[in-house]
Amino acid sequence: MATQHSRSAARLMMAPAVILLLGWMLVPLTMTLYFSFKKFLPLRGDSLGNGLEWVGLENYSRFVGSSSFWPSVQATLIIVGSVLVITVVLGTLLALLLDQPMWGQGIVRILVITPFFVMPTVSGLVWKNMFMDPINGILAHLFKFFGAQPLEWLSQASMQSIIMIVSWQWLPFATLILLTAIQSLDSEQLEASEMDGAPVLKRFWHIILPHMSRAITVVILIQTIFLLSIFAEIFVTTAGAFGTKTLTYLIFQRVLESQNVGLGSAGGVYAIILANIVAIFLMRIVGKNLDR
Amino acid sequence: MGQIVLNKVQKKFGDVEVIPPLDLTIADGEFAVFVGPSGCGKSTLLRLIAGLEDVTSGSIQIDGKEASDAPPAKRGLAMVFQSYALYPHMSVRKNIAFPLRMAKMDKAEIDKRVTSAASVLNLTDYLDRRPGQLSGGQRQRVAIGRAIVREPSAFLFDEPLSNLDAALRVGMRLEISELHKRLDTTMVYVTHDQVEAMTMADKIVVLQAGVIEQVGSPLELYHTPRNVFVAGFIGSPKMNLIEGALAEQHNAKTIGIRPEHVQVATTQSDGALQGTVGVAEHLGSDTFIHIHGVAGCDPMTVRAAGDVTVRHGDTVYLTPDATQIHRFDNDGIRIP
Repeated sequence: MATQHSRSAARLMMAPAVILLLGWMLVPLTMTLYFSFKKFLPLRGDSLGNGLEWVGLENYSRFVGSSSFWPSVQATLIIVGSVLVITVVLGTLLALLLDQPMWGQGIVRILVITPFFVMPTVSGLVWKNMFMDPINGILAHLFKFFGAQPLEWLSQASMQSIIMIVSWQWLPFATLILLTAIQSLDSEQLEASEMDGAPVLKRFWHIILPHMSRAITVVILIQTIFLLSIFAEIFVTTAGAFGTKTLTYLIFQRVLESQNVGLGSAGGVYAIILANIVAIFLMRIVGKNLDR
Repeated sequence: MGQIVLNKVQKKFGDVEVIPPLDLTIADGEFAVFVGPSGCGKSTLLRLIAGLEDVTSGSIQIDGKEASDAPPAKRGLAMVFQSYALYPHMSVRKNIAFPLRMAKMDKAEIDKRVTSAASVLNLTDYLDRRPGQLSGGQRQRVAIGRAIVREPSAFLFDEPLSNLDAALRVGMRLEISELHKRLDTTMVYVTHDQVEAMTMADKIVVLQAGVIEQVGSPLELYHTPRNVFVAGFIGSPKMNLIEGALAEQHNAKTIGIRPEHVQVATTQSDGALQGTVGVAEHLGSDTFIHIHGVAGCDPMTVRAAGDVTVRHGDTVYLTPDATQIHRFDNDGIRIP
């Protein structure tokens, strides 16, 4: 089959797809790099046609020098970290609960997954208007019912609110992966540990948790990739105000609100670097856990 | 220190009665084997003793103490599982030490016991490996090691050799028997393999559909099976069970004759049964000949000397040893 001839024919036929995919990735990346070294303010008349002024590393130093840079990095890491902790811990507990035999198991499991199907923009708006609204939100009514002053969630507890919304979205994913991990545990191992005199909590700690460690690393890895770039949830709720401006959001503001493409592109490059640093750390941990 | 008494023990799963009320006594230091075809309830019975299943009614006494409601860990028993159930993320040392750590034993004492168990089981060189890096036989030994460090009053084995290859199984069988002689502790062993039961047991308990068919020493069961089921189950190759005219000559519904109690000849003699050779299995020491054409039993298996040369299609004449015929009545019960 695979003669010299047919192989080169195959390469030729695959070429359009490969070139398209490569271009899809490389063109934006090169343009980002290119713009990050240029002064590009579309509202001041800069355009590709007129030629852009080379400014060297000025965009990079301005982006880092801005007073919102470090707070935005901090906000990003806080959101990613908190959501990871919440989803992994609650996901483990929920998975343990869902693993118990119960009536209506199938329906309950499907209901648990549903938040994952809701689009980020929609879930952000639902939380903002139906739950967290200080006048008509369900939480406000709950607070009033107990005689408390309703909290203005998005301004008074903005960070916590965003973390809550994003966790709600990602909890089903974590639960699902961790549930399959628990289900794959050999029941004889649990019985053996029971005979060995391990009470429930120790069985969890010594048998179930180590068995789940691989699934937990996978959850952390995948979620980190997606959480580093959350945007819609912030855009429709706080719009970056009250300390919820993440790195992604800062770049968005630089490009679209300040109309400074060069500065935003430099921020994009920083975001790539940050994502890679995180990825290297994660791959180290994952590598250790996946090798076993 | 290890007597197990079952008194009217019954187990139901929902409405299905898996084990009808059953009495059994396993004496201290005894090697008891539960044997029976798959699905006969032997594993369930073992799990009831272990405490992994709750009895529906009746009581289990271990060392004279009521244990039916005690949790598994408090019964002083150790169990070896079919899949070994080793903890994959722990080293062999940690696996063996696990029950002792759970018992909050002194560190020095744990080390001492693990070391001695490892030397008994030839595991000293493997203590720092993970179970995944061991062979089947070694894993089996780790599982046994995890059981013996606890110094339990009885060991429970749930088909421990069924995942091993044939050669290894024979070796492990000997090792477990030797372990029993050395520790002199009660062992309860579940298997579907009657060879394992015959070679290891002090006492065999033959089960069918949750009912005990017969309890006795291997040779008792071999020489005086209580009914047709036990007669057919114990012994390899199987006892020949003959029905019809031949059985009626002996005033029985069914008669049984073991392959080794039938003479084979190639020349006709008085009262011999005629048959045709189907397959002859030459084992060297013996030859098992499967013979077709004997009324009421097809094929009939016969054990002959190793140097017998019969071929497929040969006509042979069979003379059962009249003193070795087992007779069974209409209900399949032995006629003395």
